[in-house]
Order: sequence, then C-alpha cells, then structure tokens
Amino acid sequence: MTSRRQFLALAGGALAAPAAMAQLDPNIAVKRRVALQNAIHKVVGEAELKTGKVKLDIPPLIDNGNAVPLTVTVDSPMTAAEHVKAIHVLTEKNPQPFVLAAHLGPRAGAARISTRARIADTGQVIAIAELSDGSFWSHTVSVIVTLSACLEDGLI
Amino acid sequence: MAARVVVSVPPSAKRGEVIEIKTLASHTMETGFRHTQTGELIPRDIITQFVCAYNGVEIFRAELFPAVAANPLITFTTVATESGTLEFKWTGDNGYSAAQSASITVT
Amino acid sequence: MRLAALLFGAVCGCALAGEIPLAERRSGYDEMSRETRAMQDDDTTNPALFTLMDGEALWNHKEGEQSCAGCHGDAAASMKGVATRYPRVAGGKLINLEQRINACRVQHQKAPALAYESKELIALTTYVARQSRGLPIAVEADAPTRPYLDAGRKLYEQRLGQLNLSCSQCHDDNWGKSLAGSPIPQGQATGYPIYRLEWQGMGSLERRLRNCMIGLRAEPYAYGSPEMVELELYLMWRARGMKLETPAVRP
Repeated sequence: MTSRRQFLALAGGALAAPAAMAQLDPNIAVKRRVALQNAIHKVVGEAELKTGKVKLDIPPLIDNGNAVPLTVTVDSPMTAAEHVKAIHVLTEKNPQPFVLAAHLGPRAGAARISTRARIADTGQVIAIAELSDGSFWSHTVSVIVTLSACLEDGLI
Repeated sequence: MAARVVVSVPPSAKRGEVIEIKTLASHTMETGFRHTQTGELIPRDIITQFVCAYNGVEIFRAELFPAVAANPLITFTTVATESGTLEFKWTGDNGYSAAQSASITVT
Repeated sequence: MRLAALLFGAVCGCALAGEIPLAERRSGYDEMSRETRAMQDDDTTNPALFTLMDGEALWNHKEGEQSCAGCHGDAAASMKGVATRYPRVAGGKLINLEQRINACRVQHQKAPALAYESKELIALTTYVARQSRGLPIAVEADAPTRPYLDAGRKLYEQRLGQLNLSCSQCHDDNWGKSLAGSPIPQGQATGYPIYRLEWQGMGSLERRLRNCMIGLRAEPYAYGSPEMVELELYLMWRARGMKLETPAVRP
C-alpha cells in the first residue's frame, strides 16, 4: 500500500514535470493548421492543388495513434509520358506536418505505397500526388484518434 | 543487436508484371518531440531515407519524417523488368545505416 | 456453497455467474480495426517479426554451457503446445513460461536468469509461444493447480486501487462498451507476448496487467510475484479452448 506521504510526493512530481516542460501554446490548433498550409505550399509551390485521382486509405477511427496503417493509391497509367513522380503524406495535428515523401516514376508500374504513420490527434490527413505533367492532386481524410485506456505513466 | 531489416520480394515474376515489395526496419524512430519524466527533451533519432535500386538503377526513394511509426514499414511496387538483384538501403540520424538485397528471376 | 459452485464449473466446463459464457468469448482481435488485424495477420509485416528473429537467434546461441537447441532441437517440434499449458505447477510451485525459461537457463544451461521484460526474455518467450500459434489454450485445472486457480480468480474479482474496480467489472460485465472512445475488450490473454501499439514495442501479459493496475491507481503487483502468476493462470484458464495468437498486435 502506498503511504500518504509517498502518494503526495508522486502526485507532486507528476504535476511538476509538465510545468518543467514547455507549456502547450494556447494557439496550438491555429499554429499547426498554418504549419500544414505552409508545408503543402512547400510541396505544391504556386500550382493549384486539385482534388481527385488520389485515394488515401486510412481507418477513420484509429485504434492507436502510434501506428496507423495507411495506403495511398493514385489513378495513373504509369507510363513514361504520364506517371506519378511523388506521393506526399501530411497531417494536421502533429508537431510537424510531414509524414512521408515517396519518389516514384514509370518503373513503379503502379502508384501505390503503404506505411504506418503516427497521428497525434483527431484531424486531417492529406495525401498529395505530383504528376509528371506538373499537376498536383490530393485526397484529405478526417480521422479520429483516441487515447489508450490503460497506460504505464513511465512505471514499466 | 545489429540493424535489422526484412524485405519481402517475390522470388520470381513474369516480365512486365507489377510486383509488390514490403520492407520492414527495426528502429524506434524517436521523434525528438518527447520529454523524459523530468522534462528533458529526448533527441530525435530516426531513419531519414530509404532507397531501392534494381540492378543498379534507383526505382524508389522515400524520405521519412518523425511521423513514421516505429519499426517503419514501407510497401511499394515496381515492374519486373529483368532477372537480377534488388538492393535496399536505409540511412538515418546518428550514422544509422542498414542494407539488404534480394534476388528475382524474371521469365 | 462457493466450493460446490467452483467444482460444478470445473466438472461441466460451463461458466459461473459473472463469467462470460464460454461460447460468447471473443479475442481482443475482434475489437480491432481491419488494418490493425492485417498487421497481426501478415507474417512479413507484423512488427513482432524482429523479436521473433531475436528469439530464434537466442534459441540457437550457446548460453552458459549450451543452447536451448542443444537439448530441445528444432523449436517448431519440441515447443509445439508448450505455451498453451502455462502457467503450470512444477516442483510444487506455480510458474509461468518466463519463469520456466529462466529455470532452464539457470539449472540446465548454467546461464544467468534473464530480467523480466528484458529484450532477451521477451524474445525467447515470444519465440517459444509462437510455436503454439493456432493451438487451443489448455492450462490444467487439476488438484495441484486448483488452489492457485482459486487464488487467481479471487484476485480477478477483487476491487483495487483508487478507482476501486475489479478486473471482472470491466472485462466480464462491461466488455464491448466504450471507455473513453476505446472499446473494452474481454481481456482474453490469447496473444502474449504482444506488440502493443501504445508501447511501440513488445511486452508480456504481466506488463499489460501492470498497465491496468496503474490505470486503476493501484500499486501494481511486482513482476513474477505469486499474485501475478496466479492472475495469469486464471486468465489463461478463462481463455481455455481459445486459439493462441502469439505474437498478437494490440492497440
């Protein structure tokens, strides 16, 4: 049985630690949305980001944000004349927006990649495909991330 | 234990067939955004790049960010053009480097 | 009255009041999304793969005076079915698979015991348990094991911690409902050691139970303690007949 003194010391420690870390910015939601927009701009430049051709397959209700399986497929013949050059995956609520950037080409045969991402919080995940003709296409999915019920609190 | 990676390549394919390649690397992918219980920042330590070459020609490359889950899985496709060797290379922070190769017979 | 009820349950193999009826038991696998299930099912992309490879290497490596393979040969043959029977009574004491592996190391290999939750012990346990994947869990409820099983059941039904909840209240009475957005599983111990996405790594049943106890704001039982092994026994008995899934993936 934990003694009262031990319990208060533990509770005090648990409260002090977050205070020692950087406080979460009260404007964090806005800042991360802006960061995502900036990241998209970095990928797309001045070109128009169109919707379509891309399918982002990701569970809408995520079992655990630490490892979210996702697959991006792009409708493209993947010939030398018409193919997908790159697929970018970004997300809204992470500390930084980039997940993965895959560089393909006609030798890929198909434009399909899979990975497992870390999605920090409920929000949008966006897959952007850069085509050989310089156009950009995207698919955005809103996902819900829940916190695990029973954790360790660092006491493995 | 040494840098572990596993690749899954079909041992044979028909010429022109699109094959799926699955790769898995053993790596914690420490994001650089976590803190210890006493508030210190745990520095970033991730795999940053993955490249696949088919008989010496690069056919796939990926840049990884901290948002890739631990023990990164990357699955992609390529056209089976000729028999030979597929070479896979992972590089990352703190001099991390891993390599694997697989043979394929194309008929 | 209680003893009669317990004997009745053991003899007819049916569940007692409060227990989930045997036919209604479900693995945590069923509560997961299609994508997470695919992670577990695909041997080439299951994140526990590296742990299995490490386990195989350790199995064949000379530790102390000899390797596991030195006595047991090919694990696929010699270890088939073993994990389905643990925890069990050996040498007058209830032990789990980790403790059995350590006993072998110390007594037969003359090698030091591996620490609980160490990478090496998890790797070996996972590798051994993997050889029983797909087999029904078959822990004994014989006379020597009975007292431990009863103790385990008592622990399972005991209210704990600041939240003052017992395992049974969530996992027998409220499974399938949501707890803060996540579905409450029945907590069938069918896939241990597991790759838990929350841990971003592998862990034993005892580690998972400690997570639960910390979640209840209770002092968690120590690794390898009699309470832990009795609880493990009860959980494995509760899952008797269900297929072993090691190495499972769980959120």
